[in-house]
Amino acid sequence: MPRLAALLLACLPAAVLAAGEPEAGIAIENHRFVPERLEVPAGKKVKLTVENRDATPEEFESGELRVEKVIPGKSKGIVYLGPLKAGEYPFFGEYHEKTARGVVVAK
Amino acid sequence: MIATALIVFREVLEAALIVGIVSAATRGIPGRGRWIGAGLGAGLLGSVLVAAGAGAISQLAEGMGQELFNAAILSIAVLMLAWHNIWMTSHGRELAANARRIGADVRSGASKLSIVLVVIGVAVLREGAETVLFLYGIAASGDAGRGSMVGGGLIGLAGGVLVGVLLFKGLLRIPLKWFFSVTSALVLLLAAGMAAQAARFLVQANVLPSLASPVWDTSSVVSNTSMLGKALTGLVGYDAQPAGMQIAAWIAVLAAIATGMALVRRRDGAAPSAPPASPASP
Repeated sequence: MPRLAALLLACLPAAVLAAGEPEAGIAIENHRFVPERLEVPAGKKVKLTVENRDATPEEFESGELRVEKVIPGKSKGIVYLGPLKAGEYPFFGEYHEKTARGVVVAK
Repeated sequence: MIATALIVFREVLEAALIVGIVSAATRGIPGRGRWIGAGLGAGLLGSVLVAAGAGAISQLAEGMGQELFNAAILSIAVLMLAWHNIWMTSHGRELAANARRIGADVRSGASKLSIVLVVIGVAVLREGAETVLFLYGIAASGDAGRGSMVGGGLIGLAGGVLVGVLLFKGLLRIPLKWFFSVTSALVLLLAAGMAAQAARFLVQANVLPSLASPVWDTSSVVSNTSMLGKALTGLVGYDAQPAGMQIAAWIAVLAAIATGMALVRRRDGAAPSAPPASPASP
């Protein structure tokens, strides 16, 4: 395991230093995304902050965006998107799939 | 209630498939029941701890703690499965060769059972933590009808466990002649699939580049969120829209373990210690 830990640590600065990508934000309120339609630039890696304003945890998930992340209640999480080709990418909250739905529009 | 049951079932399914396969693959090694039980217990305990600390874990490593944590525990499982499979290549042959005395022979494996504990522990931990968080959310929500949702959660849990047990029982029905080939192939795919999932988390954390994504899109055939999709993800690391890095990790781990197995097989083949299975009776 030490080798893996070392690998992860070695990779970490790259992730930390890769700041400067366009940022976007989205919130979860009453098991719905606000906004439900989010525009991001195409062809660039986008740093998306997901703020869960509900007291309950939510899992931000999208096969299209290849993202799967639990956002605990009353907290924020960061997910990196893309670089995406222009188009629409649906996402949903796995814990409240009926109401928590949205789409990322890459332009 | 049904919705809750389905969500919990999907979360439990992957872990149940892994536990089923690993339990079958260690068939014939004495004392493995205790180790499997210990792995389950440790995994469940860990799930509760990780769920309780989910907020803190998320904040680690510039908000990428969850991804790195998932990638790390998946990597541990990959290493353990690789070790198990390479070891079984040698000893599985003995087991197959002595098929008639299966109940009494091959006692050398007990020390390797710690691998089983770790694999089952991390498999349960990974999926379990999300399930605990989800159920906690329901319990804490104070919504009307949460009792029925907790009931749904229990049904989902039971369903997932049932699939694992059925897989285990089904695998045990395979004739011994093919048993170790089948289980080691399953474990090999399991390990490659977990490596692909680990790679996905590292891409998500912006630690690894995605390398062309997606390489293909089969979400209209089998989507990631469907039952079949979830089962295939658990078994072979299926992703309807994989990034190139996932495929690279899948192939690299598959090739590495297969090479290790081939080397052990050749070494054993050269030694006179492992006679081929023969139908001659004593």
